[in-house]
Amino acid sequence: MNDTALRAATKGGVARPRARTSGSWWHRLERLLLPAYTHLVLLWLFAPIAVMTIYGFNDTHGRLNIVWSGFTLKWFADPFGVTALTNAVYTSLLSSTIGAAISTVLGTMIALASHRYHFRGRTLLDAVMVMNIAASEVVMGAALLTLFLAANVPLGFLTIVLAQVMFSIPFVAITVRARLVGFDNSLEEAAQDLGASPLTTFTLVTLPIIFPGVLAAALLAFALCLDDYVITSFVSGTTQTFPLWVYGATRLGVPPQVNVIGTFIFLAGALLSISFAVIRSWRNRQLARESAL
Amino acid sequence: MFLFFLLPILTLGIMSLQSGDFFNGFAFTWNFGNYSRGISVYSEQYLHAIEYGGAATIVALVVAYPAAYWIAFHAGPRKSSYLLAILLPFFVSFVIRTLSWGTLLADEGPLFGPLKSAHLLPLDFRVLATPVAVTGGLAYTFFPFMLLPVYASLEKIDRGLVEAAQDLFANRFEVLRRVIVPLSLPGVFAGVLLTGIPAVADYVNQDLLGGVGTTMVGRVIERQFIVSLNYPQAAALAFVFMLGLLATLLLYQRIFGTEQIMGD
Repeated sequence: MNDTALRAATKGGVARPRARTSGSWWHRLERLLLPAYTHLVLLWLFAPIAVMTIYGFNDTHGRLNIVWSGFTLKWFADPFGVTALTNAVYTSLLSSTIGAAISTVLGTMIALASHRYHFRGRTLLDAVMVMNIAASEVVMGAALLTLFLAANVPLGFLTIVLAQVMFSIPFVAITVRARLVGFDNSLEEAAQDLGASPLTTFTLVTLPIIFPGVLAAALLAFALCLDDYVITSFVSGTTQTFPLWVYGATRLGVPPQVNVIGTFIFLAGALLSISFAVIRSWRNRQLARESAL
Repeated sequence: MFLFFLLPILTLGIMSLQSGDFFNGFAFTWNFGNYSRGISVYSEQYLHAIEYGGAATIVALVVAYPAAYWIAFHAGPRKSSYLLAILLPFFVSFVIRTLSWGTLLADEGPLFGPLKSAHLLPLDFRVLATPVAVTGGLAYTFFPFMLLPVYASLEKIDRGLVEAAQDLFANRFEVLRRVIVPLSLPGVFAGVLLTGIPAVADYVNQDLLGGVGTTMVGRVIERQFIVSLNYPQAAALAFVFMLGLLATLLLYQRIFGTEQIMGD
């Protein structure tokens, strides 16, 4: 085999026979077994979601929703029938919205600062991120609880929001920073040379460029806050969020309304992310067509 | 950032050295007894955490690698659809997902109930309330943290290298063993870390899926704080746990480097 052939082959453009001495069984494995296996993994991943949705239709009469006892729509007709649950869902939505908003602003500021003052900011952010992972949720929850106790902050809605801001900031900073890779600082300088104030520069130049990253980060932060159980359980006092209420209800039996609300949340998240993905691939195709012209 | 992270850790450290009780107040006394008592009384729960968390990490890796490999190399234009499909279940609150596993695996649940009434399984057969259920639940909960870094490192591999190896008469298995697996190791290391740490610390899976005698250390810390109100003891337990994780992480970093932990 000569050099040119090798180079052409490594570019992946040329189809030609390859060395296949003992590879045919492996080939079959890759073509048939692996896709089947991947779909099995997907089945495994969706199994509890299916159970959740199906048991939302279960005509259960006891406290435990485990044995199937007939199909009913009554839980779906009355998703807010359990007052304490509805209140917990409301608390969750409110605290996650506030928490995600604050951490998006702060996290974006950290990302911008670490991008501008490249070297020091980056290593610092990396170090804190690694420590945050290493500390784990139980330790962070415990640490925040001791801090709130030492500072005499009453536990409740306020401490939940503070805790949520704390644990979601690193994720926001990382997500926005990923968007900033390749961001050209001279664009901001050009705007300022043309007489724009720092605020105008930010709203007219910086923000539009990083906006997709900021939006993704905000949604991620919201999802993290909404879903958090461990850290929130340490700092919540007597306030109940949705995951806390559900967890507490496991002792007495979880009402089917939990399945219904869970299904709604799943559908909302799925719809949102699927439409995001569709819009993005549509835009990419659009861009490809434009650049081809 | 420092305010949000280091200050709480510092107060945790101070709290762990205090003595006293909830009703008479706590005082700082360099009380290292909290540490020795914590380690000697709860060593079994620390071991459970390492055992189940470690097993779950291995299960997640073994399950995730072939799927990530297939998506990265053979799914073609449907790659991102598959990734999205894998992430979709995680939109459901993790407490509810774990509860659903509890329903699915319950002794009289939809999986084992019918099998038992058909006498295909012995009546005392159970998965729920065993270490198997805890390990499976942990592997499920943190699955994306394993799959995504492994996928990312497989996806980055230059296809030219694979073709070059084939041109040099390596068969497909040799290509996998000597090119693809070594090049995907950074992703595997990142995945092991990102799955292992939360899996070792988690107590929700153990509480909802495990039975008596499977308690992990995270649960002990939580109970000591919220039910026993023995803050110094709980803080000492949490601190030992954190130091253990930090030591593991530093060791890891010395061997593999930070970039690989951060995944970029």
